[in-house]
Amino acid sequence: MDFLRPASWEEALAAKAEHPTAVPIAGGTDVMVEINFDHRRPEYLLDLTRIGDLYEWEAGEHSVRLGASVPYTRIMENLRTELPGLALASHTVASPQIRNRGGVGGNLGTASPAGDAHPALLAAGAEVEAESVRGTRRIPIDAFYTGVKRNALAADELIRAVHINKADGPQQFSKVGTRNAMVIAVCAFGLALHPETRTVRTGIGSAAPTPIRATAAEEFLNAALDEDGLWDSGRIITPSVAKQFAELCAAACNPIDDVRGTARYRRHAVGVMARRTLMWTWESYRGNARTMEGAA
Amino acid sequence: MRVNFTVNGRPQQADDVWEGESLLYVLRERLGLPGSKNACEQGECGSCTVRLDGVPVCSCLVAAGQAEGREIVTVEGLAEHARQRAGGEDACGTSLDEARRWSPRGPGSQSDEGSTSPRATLAPLQQAFIDAGAVQCGFCTPGLLVAADEMLERNPNPTDADIREALSGNLCRCTGYEKIMDAVRLAAARQGEEA
Ligand SMILES: Cc1cc2nc3c(=O)[nH]c(=O)nc-3n(C[C@H](O)[C@H](O)[C@H](O)COP(=O)(O)OP(=O)(O)OC[C@H]3O[C@@H](n4cnc5c(N)ncnc54)[C@H](O)[C@@H]3O)c2cc1C
Ligand code: FES
Ligand code: FES
Repeated sequence: MDFLRPASWEEALAAKAEHPTAVPIAGGTDVMVEINFDHRRPEYLLDLTRIGDLYEWEAGEHSVRLGASVPYTRIMENLRTELPGLALASHTVASPQIRNRGGVGGNLGTASPAGDAHPALLAAGAEVEAESVRGTRRIPIDAFYTGVKRNALAADELIRAVHINKADGPQQFSKVGTRNAMVIAVCAFGLALHPETRTVRTGIGSAAPTPIRATAAEEFLNAALDEDGLWDSGRIITPSVAKQFAELCAAACNPIDDVRGTARYRRHAVGVMARRTLMWTWESYRGNARTMEGAA
Repeated sequence: MRVNFTVNGRPQQADDVWEGESLLYVLRERLGLPGSKNACEQGECGSCTVRLDGVPVCSCLVAAGQAEGREIVTVEGLAEHARQRAGGEDACGTSLDEARRWSPRGPGSQSDEGSTSPRATLAPLQQAFIDAGAVQCGFCTPGLLVAADEMLERNPNPTDADIREALSGNLCRCTGYEKIMDAVRLAAARQGEEA
Protein backbone atom coordinates (compact mmCIF):
# COMPACT_ATOMS: atom_id res chain seq x y z
CA MET A 1 0.00 0.00 0.00
CA ASP A 2 1.13 3.52 -0.74
CA PHE A 3 0.10 6.56 1.23
CA LEU A 4 -0.22 9.57 -1.06
CA ARG A 5 -0.17 12.88 0.73
CA PRO A 6 -0.97 15.73 -1.66
CA ALA A 7 -0.39 19.17 -0.19
CA SER A 8 -2.74 20.95 -2.56
CA TRP A 9 -5.93 20.33 -4.49
CA GLU A 10 -4.05 20.35 -7.80
CA GLU A 11 -1.67 17.71 -6.51
CA ALA A 12 -4.61 15.62 -5.33
CA LEU A 13 -6.25 15.77 -8.77
CA ALA A 14 -2.97 14.85 -10.44
CA ALA A 15 -2.51 11.90 -8.08
CA LYS A 16 -6.06 10.68 -8.68
CA ALA A 17 -5.51 10.94 -12.46
CA GLU A 18 -2.30 8.97 -12.21
CA HIS A 19 -3.77 6.35 -9.86
CA PRO A 20 -7.52 6.08 -10.56
CA THR A 21 -7.80 3.16 -8.10
CA ALA A 22 -6.48 5.29 -5.25
CA VAL A 23 -8.99 5.51 -2.40
CA PRO A 24 -9.42 9.04 -1.09
CA ILE A 25 -9.43 9.29 2.69
CA ALA A 26 -10.86 12.34 4.45
CA GLY A 27 -12.22 11.80 7.97
CA GLY A 28 -11.57 8.10 7.52
CA THR A 29 -14.71 7.15 9.42
CA ASP A 30 -15.82 4.86 6.60
CA VAL A 31 -12.47 4.02 4.99
CA MET A 32 -10.60 3.07 8.17
CA VAL A 33 -13.36 0.74 9.34
CA GLU A 34 -13.00 -1.15 6.07
CA ILE A 35 -9.22 -1.29 6.36
CA ASN A 36 -9.24 -2.29 10.03
CA PHE A 37 -11.53 -5.19 9.22
CA ASP A 38 -9.64 -6.14 6.09
CA HIS A 39 -12.68 -5.55 3.90
CA ARG A 40 -10.56 -3.33 1.73
CA ARG A 41 -6.87 -3.28 0.93
CA PRO A 42 -6.42 -0.43 -1.50
CA GLU A 43 -3.20 -0.11 -3.42
CA TYR A 44 -3.12 3.62 -2.70
CA LEU A 45 -4.63 5.75 0.02
CA LEU A 46 -5.02 9.37 -1.04
CA ASP A 47 -5.02 11.52 2.08
CA LEU A 48 -7.12 14.67 1.65
CA THR A 49 -6.65 16.09 5.14
CA ARG A 50 -3.78 18.36 4.19
CA ILE A 51 -5.89 20.31 1.70
CA GLY A 52 -7.16 23.33 3.62
CA ASP A 53 -9.62 24.38 0.88
CA LEU A 54 -11.72 21.30 1.53
CA TYR A 55 -12.37 22.46 5.11
CA GLU A 56 -13.79 25.85 4.11
CA TRP A 57 -17.24 27.04 3.17
CA GLU A 58 -18.60 30.19 1.59
CA ALA A 59 -22.15 31.42 1.78
CA GLY A 60 -23.22 33.06 -1.48
CA GLU A 61 -26.48 34.79 -2.25
CA HIS A 62 -28.43 31.66 -3.07
CA SER A 63 -26.27 28.75 -2.01
CA VAL A 64 -23.53 27.64 0.31
CA ARG A 65 -20.41 26.12 -1.22
CA LEU A 66 -19.51 23.56 1.40
CA GLY A 67 -15.98 22.17 1.16
CA ALA A 68 -16.04 18.37 0.89
CA SER A 69 -14.26 17.78 4.21
CA VAL A 70 -15.99 20.31 6.47
CA PRO A 71 -16.72 18.15 9.53
CA TYR A 72 -20.30 17.69 10.72
CA THR A 73 -19.42 19.51 13.93
CA ARG A 74 -18.66 22.70 11.97
CA ILE A 75 -21.90 22.40 10.00
CA MET A 76 -23.91 22.09 13.22
CA GLU A 77 -22.14 25.04 14.79
CA ASN A 78 -21.93 27.42 11.86
CA LEU A 79 -24.53 26.69 9.21
CA ARG A 80 -27.74 26.19 11.18
CA THR A 81 -29.36 29.26 9.61
CA GLU A 82 -28.35 28.68 6.00
CA LEU A 83 -28.64 24.89 6.00
CA PRO A 84 -31.04 23.94 8.80
CA GLY A 85 -31.92 20.51 7.39
CA LEU A 86 -28.30 19.49 6.93
CA ALA A 87 -27.38 20.88 10.37
CA LEU A 88 -30.12 18.77 11.98
CA ALA A 89 -29.06 15.70 10.03
CA SER A 90 -25.40 16.29 10.97
CA HIS A 91 -26.31 16.30 14.63
CA THR A 92 -27.75 12.79 14.34
CA VAL A 93 -24.56 11.31 12.85
CA ALA A 94 -22.78 8.91 15.21
CA SER A 95 -20.98 10.66 18.08
CA PRO A 96 -18.94 13.81 18.72
CA GLN A 97 -15.69 12.00 17.88
CA ILE A 98 -17.05 10.88 14.50
CA ARG A 99 -18.67 14.25 13.76
CA ASN A 100 -15.32 15.92 14.43
CA ARG A 101 -13.79 13.98 11.53
CA GLY A 102 -16.48 12.91 9.10
CA GLY A 103 -18.13 15.18 6.57
CA VAL A 104 -20.47 15.41 3.62
CA GLY A 105 -17.80 14.62 1.01
CA GLY A 106 -17.20 11.25 2.66
CA ASN A 107 -20.93 10.62 3.04
CA LEU A 108 -21.33 11.25 -0.71
CA GLY A 109 -18.26 9.16 -1.50
CA THR A 110 -19.71 6.19 0.37
CA ALA A 111 -23.20 6.93 -1.00
CA SER A 112 -24.80 4.55 1.47
CA PRO A 113 -28.60 4.66 1.35
CA ALA A 114 -28.35 5.19 5.13
CA GLY A 115 -26.10 8.26 4.91
CA ASP A 116 -27.77 11.03 6.89
CA ALA A 117 -26.65 13.94 4.73
CA HIS A 118 -28.51 12.63 1.68
CA PRO A 119 -32.15 13.28 2.67
CA ALA A 120 -31.18 16.80 3.71
CA LEU A 121 -29.31 17.48 0.45
CA LEU A 122 -32.16 16.10 -1.65
CA ALA A 123 -34.74 18.21 0.18
CA ALA A 124 -32.73 21.43 0.11
CA GLY A 125 -31.57 21.03 -3.48
CA ALA A 126 -27.84 20.67 -4.12
CA GLU A 127 -25.15 20.09 -6.71
CA VAL A 128 -21.95 18.16 -6.23
CA GLU A 129 -18.88 19.93 -7.58
CA ALA A 130 -16.73 17.17 -9.00
CA GLU A 131 -13.31 17.88 -10.44
CA SER A 132 -10.57 16.05 -12.26
CA VAL A 133 -7.55 17.11 -14.29
CA ARG A 134 -10.02 17.14 -17.20
CA GLY A 135 -12.12 19.87 -15.64
CA THR A 136 -14.96 20.66 -13.27
CA ARG A 137 -18.61 19.68 -13.49
CA ARG A 138 -21.64 20.11 -11.30
CA ILE A 139 -23.68 16.97 -10.72
CA PRO A 140 -27.28 17.62 -9.61
CA ILE A 141 -27.90 15.75 -6.38
CA ASP A 142 -30.83 13.89 -7.97
CA ALA A 143 -28.42 12.35 -10.48
CA PHE A 144 -25.62 11.63 -8.03
CA TYR A 145 -26.77 8.36 -6.44
CA THR A 146 -26.60 5.66 -9.09
CA GLY A 147 -26.99 2.44 -7.09
CA VAL A 148 -26.38 0.82 -3.72
CA LYS A 149 -23.21 2.55 -2.52
CA ARG A 150 -22.52 3.81 -6.02
CA ASN A 151 -22.28 7.37 -7.21
CA ALA A 152 -21.78 9.32 -10.41
CA LEU A 153 -18.10 10.13 -9.87
CA ALA A 154 -15.65 9.06 -12.59
CA ALA A 155 -12.54 7.17 -11.52
CA ASP A 156 -10.33 10.23 -11.81
CA GLU A 157 -12.73 12.63 -10.11
CA LEU A 158 -12.77 14.00 -6.58
CA ILE A 159 -15.47 15.96 -4.81
CA ARG A 160 -14.31 19.52 -4.27
CA ALA A 161 -17.46 20.88 -2.66
CA VAL A 162 -21.22 20.65 -2.47
CA HIS A 163 -23.35 23.62 -3.47
CA ILE A 164 -26.45 23.55 -1.30
CA ASN A 165 -29.34 25.94 -1.76
CA LYS A 166 -29.73 28.25 1.20
CA ALA A 167 -32.96 27.68 3.07
CA ASP A 168 -35.75 30.00 1.95
CA GLY A 169 -38.18 28.40 4.39
CA PRO A 170 -38.38 25.92 7.25
CA GLN A 171 -36.61 22.55 6.96
CA GLN A 172 -36.75 19.41 9.06
CA PHE A 173 -34.91 16.13 9.37
CA SER A 174 -36.18 13.05 11.14
CA LYS A 175 -34.50 9.72 11.72
CA VAL A 176 -35.67 6.45 13.23
CA GLY A 177 -33.12 4.46 15.21
CA THR A 178 -32.91 2.45 18.37
CA ARG A 179 -31.30 5.21 20.38
CA ASN A 180 -30.15 8.80 20.05
CA ALA A 181 -26.40 8.49 19.62
CA MET A 182 -24.35 6.25 17.40
CA VAL A 183 -27.10 4.78 15.34
CA ILE A 184 -27.44 3.99 11.67
CA ALA A 185 -30.85 5.09 10.44
CA VAL A 186 -33.54 2.44 10.18
CA CYS A 187 -34.95 5.09 7.90
CA ALA A 188 -34.77 8.86 7.68
CA PHE A 189 -36.73 11.71 6.15
CA GLY A 190 -35.85 15.26 5.16
CA LEU A 191 -38.33 17.93 4.18
CA ALA A 192 -37.83 21.50 3.00
CA LEU A 193 -40.44 24.14 2.27
CA HIS A 194 -39.43 26.51 -0.51
CA PRO A 195 -41.80 29.49 -0.25
CA GLU A 196 -39.93 31.38 -2.97
CA THR A 197 -40.82 28.80 -5.59
CA ARG A 198 -43.87 27.59 -3.68
CA THR A 199 -42.62 24.05 -3.72
CA VAL A 200 -41.90 21.34 -1.20
CA ARG A 201 -38.98 18.93 -1.55
CA THR A 202 -38.35 15.65 0.23
CA GLY A 203 -35.51 13.23 0.80
CA ILE A 204 -35.78 9.65 2.04
CA GLY A 205 -32.93 7.61 3.51
CA SER A 206 -32.55 3.86 4.11
CA ALA A 207 -35.80 2.95 2.39
CA ALA A 208 -34.63 2.22 -1.16
CA PRO A 209 -31.38 1.11 -2.83
CA THR A 210 -30.35 4.77 -3.00
CA PRO A 211 -31.44 7.93 -1.23
CA ILE A 212 -34.53 9.17 -3.09
CA ARG A 213 -37.07 11.95 -3.33
CA ALA A 214 -40.77 11.22 -3.10
CA THR A 215 -41.59 13.10 -6.29
CA ALA A 216 -45.22 12.01 -6.60
CA ALA A 217 -45.82 13.13 -3.03
CA GLU A 218 -44.13 16.47 -3.73
CA GLU A 219 -46.24 17.03 -6.83
CA PHE A 220 -49.43 16.19 -4.99
CA LEU A 221 -48.61 18.55 -2.13
CA ASN A 222 -47.46 21.37 -4.40
CA ALA A 223 -50.76 21.18 -6.25
CA ALA A 224 -52.82 20.95 -3.05
CA LEU A 225 -51.09 23.94 -1.45
CA ASP A 226 -51.51 25.92 -4.63
CA GLU A 227 -55.15 25.02 -5.18
CA ASP A 228 -56.16 26.06 -1.68
CA GLY A 229 -53.97 29.19 -1.77
CA LEU A 230 -52.25 28.06 1.40
CA TRP A 231 -48.88 29.71 0.71
CA ASP A 232 -50.70 33.06 0.82
CA SER A 233 -53.32 32.40 3.45
CA GLY A 234 -51.00 30.53 5.81
CA ARG A 235 -53.96 28.39 6.86
CA ILE A 236 -53.45 24.92 8.24
CA ILE A 237 -52.96 21.92 5.98
CA THR A 238 -56.01 19.69 6.33
CA PRO A 239 -55.47 16.24 7.84
CA SER A 240 -56.62 14.58 4.65
CA VAL A 241 -53.98 16.36 2.56
CA ALA A 242 -51.30 15.53 5.13
CA LYS A 243 -52.46 11.93 5.17
CA GLN A 244 -52.30 11.56 1.42
CA PHE A 245 -48.86 13.21 1.34
CA ALA A 246 -47.68 10.69 3.95
CA GLU A 247 -49.09 7.76 2.00
CA LEU A 248 -47.42 8.89 -1.20
CA CYS A 249 -44.08 9.25 0.62
CA ALA A 250 -44.45 5.71 2.00
CA ALA A 251 -45.33 4.49 -1.48
CA ALA A 252 -42.15 6.04 -2.91
CA CYS A 253 -40.06 3.68 -0.79
CA ASN A 254 -38.63 0.44 -2.04
CA PRO A 255 -37.23 -0.91 1.20
CA ILE A 256 -35.79 -4.24 2.26
CA ASP A 257 -36.01 -6.38 5.39
CA ASP A 258 -32.74 -6.34 7.27
CA VAL A 259 -31.42 -6.54 10.83
CA ARG A 260 -32.39 -2.95 11.50
CA GLY A 261 -36.02 -3.23 10.45
CA THR A 262 -38.54 -4.79 8.12
CA ALA A 263 -39.60 -3.27 4.82
CA ARG A 264 -43.12 -2.87 6.15
CA TYR A 265 -41.94 -1.03 9.23
CA ARG A 266 -39.78 1.27 7.13
CA ARG A 267 -42.66 2.19 4.85
CA HIS A 268 -44.86 2.88 7.83
CA ALA A 269 -42.21 4.95 9.61
CA VAL A 270 -41.49 7.03 6.51
CA GLY A 271 -45.20 7.90 6.33
CA VAL A 272 -45.21 8.96 9.97
CA MET A 273 -42.07 11.06 9.56
CA ALA A 274 -43.45 12.66 6.40
CA ARG A 275 -46.60 13.76 8.17
CA ARG A 276 -44.76 15.00 11.25
CA THR A 277 -42.08 16.93 9.40
CA LEU A 278 -44.76 18.50 7.20
CA MET A 279 -46.67 19.63 10.29
CA TRP A 280 -43.55 20.98 12.01
CA THR A 281 -42.35 22.92 8.99
CA TRP A 282 -45.78 24.21 8.05
CA GLU A 283 -46.42 25.42 11.62
CA SER A 284 -43.13 27.20 11.51
CA TYR A 285 -43.96 28.73 8.09
CA ARG A 286 -47.34 29.94 9.38
CA GLY A 287 -45.67 31.30 12.51
CA ASN A 288 -43.21 33.26 10.39
CA ALA A 289 -46.00 34.51 8.17
CA ARG A 290 -47.95 35.72 11.20
CA THR A 291 -44.90 37.46 12.65
CA MET A 292 -44.30 39.20 9.34
CA GLU A 293 -47.93 40.36 9.22
CA GLY A 294 -47.62 41.61 12.76
CA ALA A 295 -44.54 43.60 11.87
CA ALA A 296 -46.08 45.13 8.76
CA MET B 1 6.83 4.60 6.27
CA ARG B 2 7.95 6.96 8.99
CA VAL B 3 5.57 9.20 10.92
CA ASN B 4 6.75 12.33 12.73
CA PHE B 5 4.33 13.92 15.11
CA THR B 6 3.97 15.43 18.55
CA VAL B 7 2.64 13.20 21.28
CA ASN B 8 1.83 14.71 24.66
CA GLY B 9 3.92 17.77 23.95
CA ARG B 10 7.06 15.97 22.77
CA PRO B 11 8.18 15.31 19.20
CA GLN B 12 8.06 11.60 18.38
CA GLN B 13 8.91 9.40 15.47
CA ALA B 14 7.46 6.04 14.54
CA ASP B 15 9.22 3.84 12.03
CA ASP B 16 8.17 0.91 9.86
CA VAL B 17 4.58 2.04 9.98
CA TRP B 18 2.31 0.18 7.58
CA GLU B 19 0.37 2.61 5.36
CA GLY B 20 -3.02 1.23 6.39
CA GLU B 21 -2.22 1.30 10.08
CA SER B 22 -4.30 3.33 12.52
CA LEU B 23 -3.00 6.02 14.82
CA LEU B 24 -4.22 3.83 17.69
CA TYR B 25 -1.95 1.00 16.59
CA VAL B 26 1.02 3.35 16.28
CA LEU B 27 0.45 4.74 19.77
CA ARG B 28 0.03 1.37 21.42
CA GLU B 29 2.35 -0.92 19.50
CA ARG B 30 5.05 1.37 18.12
CA LEU B 31 5.33 3.99 20.85
CA GLY B 32 4.44 1.68 23.75
CA LEU B 33 1.60 3.85 25.01
CA PRO B 34 -1.22 1.42 25.83
CA GLY B 35 -3.40 3.99 27.61
CA SER B 36 -5.65 4.43 24.59
CA LYS B 37 -7.65 1.22 24.41
CA ASN B 38 -8.57 -0.91 21.46
CA ALA B 39 -12.00 -2.47 21.72
CA CYS B 40 -13.95 -2.21 18.50
CA GLU B 41 -11.69 -0.61 15.87
CA GLN B 42 -14.79 0.82 14.24
CA GLY B 43 -15.52 4.06 16.02
CA GLU B 44 -18.35 2.67 18.14
CA CYS B 45 -16.90 2.58 21.63
CA GLY B 46 -14.68 5.65 22.06
CA SER B 47 -12.15 3.80 24.21
CA CYS B 48 -9.41 4.90 21.78
CA THR B 49 -10.29 8.61 22.04
CA VAL B 50 -7.33 10.99 21.78
CA ARG B 51 -7.02 14.64 20.87
CA LEU B 52 -5.76 15.42 17.40
CA ASP B 53 -4.81 19.08 17.15
CA GLY B 54 -7.03 19.59 20.17
CA VAL B 55 -10.07 17.79 18.77
CA PRO B 56 -11.35 14.52 20.28
CA VAL B 57 -11.29 11.73 17.69
CA CYS B 58 -11.32 7.95 17.58
CA SER B 59 -7.67 7.13 17.01
CA CYS B 60 -8.69 3.77 15.52
CA LEU B 61 -10.15 5.68 12.55
CA VAL B 62 -7.22 8.02 11.92
CA ALA B 63 -4.72 6.65 9.43
CA ALA B 64 -1.22 6.84 10.85
CA GLY B 65 -0.06 8.98 7.93
CA GLN B 66 -2.80 11.49 8.67
CA ALA B 67 -1.14 12.19 12.02
CA GLU B 68 2.06 13.40 10.33
CA GLY B 69 3.00 16.80 11.77
CA ARG B 70 -0.05 16.87 14.05
CA GLU B 71 -0.33 17.16 17.82
CA ILE B 72 -1.73 14.25 19.77
CA VAL B 73 -2.70 14.16 23.42
CA THR B 74 -3.36 10.76 24.95
CA VAL B 75 -4.57 9.86 28.42
CA GLU B 76 -0.94 9.46 29.44
CA GLY B 77 -0.41 13.17 28.83
CA LEU B 78 -3.67 14.33 30.36
CA ALA B 79 -2.24 15.31 33.74
CA GLU B 80 0.45 17.45 32.12
CA HIS B 81 -2.09 18.88 29.68
CA ALA B 82 -4.38 19.87 32.55
CA ARG B 83 -1.45 21.38 34.43
CA GLN B 84 -0.51 23.51 31.47
CA ARG B 85 -4.08 24.63 30.96
CA ALA B 86 -4.21 25.72 34.58
CA GLY B 87 -1.18 27.89 33.82
CA GLY B 88 1.14 25.66 35.81
CA GLU B 89 4.94 25.53 35.58
CA ASP B 90 7.01 24.74 32.54
CA ALA B 91 5.38 23.32 29.46
CA CYS B 92 7.67 20.47 28.61
CA GLY B 93 5.17 17.73 27.85
CA THR B 94 5.35 14.12 28.88
CA SER B 95 8.18 11.94 27.66
CA LEU B 96 7.51 8.48 26.35
CA ASP B 97 9.38 7.04 29.27
CA GLU B 98 7.29 8.92 31.80
CA ALA B 99 4.13 8.05 29.93
CA ARG B 100 5.00 4.36 29.86
CA ARG B 101 5.69 4.31 33.58
CA TRP B 102 2.64 6.34 34.44
CA SER B 103 0.88 5.26 37.58
CA PRO B 104 -2.19 6.69 39.26
CA ARG B 105 -0.20 7.06 42.44
CA GLY B 106 1.35 10.48 42.54
CA PRO B 107 4.88 11.35 43.55
CA GLY B 108 5.81 10.62 47.12
CA SER B 109 3.29 7.83 47.52
CA GLN B 110 4.42 4.31 48.13
CA SER B 111 4.28 2.54 44.87
CA ASP B 112 5.90 -0.79 44.30
CA GLU B 113 9.60 -0.19 43.78
CA GLY B 114 9.10 3.57 43.61
CA SER B 115 8.96 3.42 39.86
CA THR B 116 6.57 6.30 39.35
CA SER B 117 7.89 9.31 37.58
CA PRO B 118 8.25 12.40 39.74
CA ARG B 119 5.87 14.28 37.42
CA ALA B 120 3.17 11.66 37.27
CA THR B 121 0.20 13.11 39.07
CA LEU B 122 -3.44 13.05 38.27
CA ALA B 123 -5.43 15.56 36.30
CA PRO B 124 -8.30 16.93 38.38
CA LEU B 125 -10.72 14.93 36.25
CA GLN B 126 -8.80 11.72 36.90
CA GLN B 127 -8.96 12.39 40.63
CA ALA B 128 -12.69 13.05 40.33
CA PHE B 129 -13.18 9.69 38.58
CA ILE B 130 -11.47 7.96 41.48
CA ASP B 131 -13.31 9.95 44.14
CA ALA B 132 -16.70 9.36 42.52
CA GLY B 133 -16.10 5.65 42.01
CA ALA B 134 -16.45 6.02 38.25
CA VAL B 135 -13.85 3.37 37.45
CA GLN B 136 -14.71 -0.30 37.55
CA CYS B 137 -12.77 -2.45 35.10
CA GLY B 138 -11.28 0.77 33.75
CA PHE B 139 -11.23 -0.17 30.10
CA CYS B 140 -13.44 2.70 29.00
CA THR B 141 -11.83 5.19 31.38
CA PRO B 142 -9.02 6.61 29.21
CA GLY B 143 -11.39 7.48 26.37
CA LEU B 144 -13.94 8.97 28.73
CA LEU B 145 -11.26 11.04 30.45
CA VAL B 146 -9.98 12.50 27.19
CA ALA B 147 -13.50 13.26 25.93
CA ALA B 148 -14.76 14.70 29.22
CA ASP B 149 -11.61 16.75 29.78
CA GLU B 150 -12.02 18.37 26.38
CA MET B 151 -15.64 19.20 27.15
CA LEU B 152 -14.71 20.81 30.48
CA GLU B 153 -12.09 22.88 28.67
CA ARG B 154 -14.73 24.22 26.26
CA ASN B 155 -17.63 24.29 28.65
CA PRO B 156 -16.65 24.71 32.32
CA ASN B 157 -20.29 24.66 33.53
CA PRO B 158 -21.90 21.81 31.63
CA THR B 159 -25.50 20.79 32.14
CA ASP B 160 -26.26 17.10 32.46
CA ALA B 161 -27.44 17.17 28.87
CA ASP B 162 -24.11 18.68 27.80
CA ILE B 163 -22.22 15.91 29.62
CA ARG B 164 -24.36 13.17 28.11
CA GLU B 165 -23.93 14.62 24.65
CA ALA B 166 -20.15 14.99 25.00
CA LEU B 167 -19.82 11.40 26.24
CA SER B 168 -22.32 9.86 23.84
CA GLY B 169 -19.49 8.35 21.81
CA ASN B 170 -18.02 6.44 24.76
CA LEU B 171 -19.37 3.11 25.88
CA CYS B 172 -18.98 1.64 29.36
CA ARG B 173 -20.10 -1.90 30.09
CA CYS B 174 -19.62 -1.70 33.86
CA THR B 175 -20.76 1.44 35.60
CA GLY B 176 -24.16 2.25 34.16
CA TYR B 177 -22.77 5.75 33.59
CA GLU B 178 -24.24 7.38 36.71
CA LYS B 179 -20.92 7.42 38.56
CA ILE B 180 -19.27 8.78 35.45
CA MET B 181 -21.81 11.60 35.39
CA ASP B 182 -21.04 12.18 39.09
CA ALA B 183 -17.33 12.33 38.37
CA VAL B 184 -17.67 14.90 35.61
CA ARG B 185 -20.03 17.02 37.72
CA LEU B 186 -17.54 16.80 40.59
CA ALA B 187 -14.65 17.87 38.38
CA ALA B 188 -16.68 20.78 37.03
CA ALA B 189 -17.63 21.88 40.54
CA ARG B 190 -14.02 21.68 41.76
CA GLN B 191 -12.86 23.56 38.69
CA GLY B 192 -15.42 26.26 39.50
CA GLU B 193 -14.22 26.54 43.11
CA GLU B 194 -10.65 27.08 42.00
CA ALA B 195 -11.50 29.71 39.41
C1 LIG C 1 -19.26 4.50 14.55
C2 LIG C 1 -19.75 5.11 13.29
C3 LIG C 1 -21.03 5.62 13.24
C4 LIG C 1 -21.50 6.19 12.06
N1 LIG C 1 -22.76 6.73 12.07
C5 LIG C 1 -23.22 7.34 10.97
C6 LIG C 1 -24.50 7.96 10.98
O1 LIG C 1 -25.20 7.97 11.98
N2 LIG C 1 -24.93 8.55 9.83
C7 LIG C 1 -24.16 8.57 8.70
O2 LIG C 1 -24.58 9.14 7.71
N3 LIG C 1 -22.93 8.01 8.68
C8 LIG C 1 -22.45 7.40 9.78
N4 LIG C 1 -21.20 6.82 9.76
C9 LIG C 1 -20.45 6.79 8.51
C10 LIG C 1 -19.47 7.94 8.27
O3 LIG C 1 -19.13 8.58 9.47
C11 LIG C 1 -20.04 8.96 7.30
O4 LIG C 1 -20.36 8.36 6.08
C12 LIG C 1 -19.07 10.13 7.05
O5 LIG C 1 -19.78 11.15 6.39
C13 LIG C 1 -17.86 9.76 6.21
O6 LIG C 1 -17.04 10.89 6.08
P1 LIG C 1 -15.44 10.78 6.15
O7 LIG C 1 -14.87 12.10 5.86
O8 LIG C 1 -15.02 10.15 7.42
O9 LIG C 1 -15.21 9.76 4.94
P2 LIG C 1 -14.00 8.77 4.58
O10 LIG C 1 -14.10 7.52 5.37
O11 LIG C 1 -12.72 9.50 4.58
O12 LIG C 1 -14.43 8.48 3.06
C14 LIG C 1 -15.66 7.85 2.75
C15 LIG C 1 -15.74 7.56 1.26
O13 LIG C 1 -15.78 8.76 0.51
C16 LIG C 1 -14.66 8.86 -0.34
N5 LIG C 1 -14.27 10.28 -0.31
C17 LIG C 1 -14.00 11.04 0.78
N6 LIG C 1 -13.76 12.32 0.42
C18 LIG C 1 -13.87 12.37 -0.93
C19 LIG C 1 -13.73 13.41 -1.90
N7 LIG C 1 -13.43 14.67 -1.55
N8 LIG C 1 -13.91 13.09 -3.20
C20 LIG C 1 -14.23 11.82 -3.57
N9 LIG C 1 -14.38 10.81 -2.70
C21 LIG C 1 -14.20 11.08 -1.39
C22 LIG C 1 -13.64 7.88 0.19
O14 LIG C 1 -12.78 7.39 -0.79
C23 LIG C 1 -14.54 6.79 0.73
O15 LIG C 1 -14.96 5.96 -0.30
C24 LIG C 1 -20.69 6.25 10.92
C25 LIG C 1 -19.39 5.75 10.98
C26 LIG C 1 -18.91 5.19 12.15
C27 LIG C 1 -17.52 4.68 12.21
S1 FES D 1 -11.54 1.22 19.40
FE1 FES D 1 -11.81 3.11 18.44
S2 FES D 1 -13.87 3.55 18.86
FE2 FES D 1 -13.69 1.54 19.65
S1 FES E 1 -15.50 0.65 33.78
FE1 FES E 1 -15.56 -1.22 32.67
S2 FES E 1 -16.17 -0.53 30.71
FE2 FES E 1 -16.39 1.24 31.88
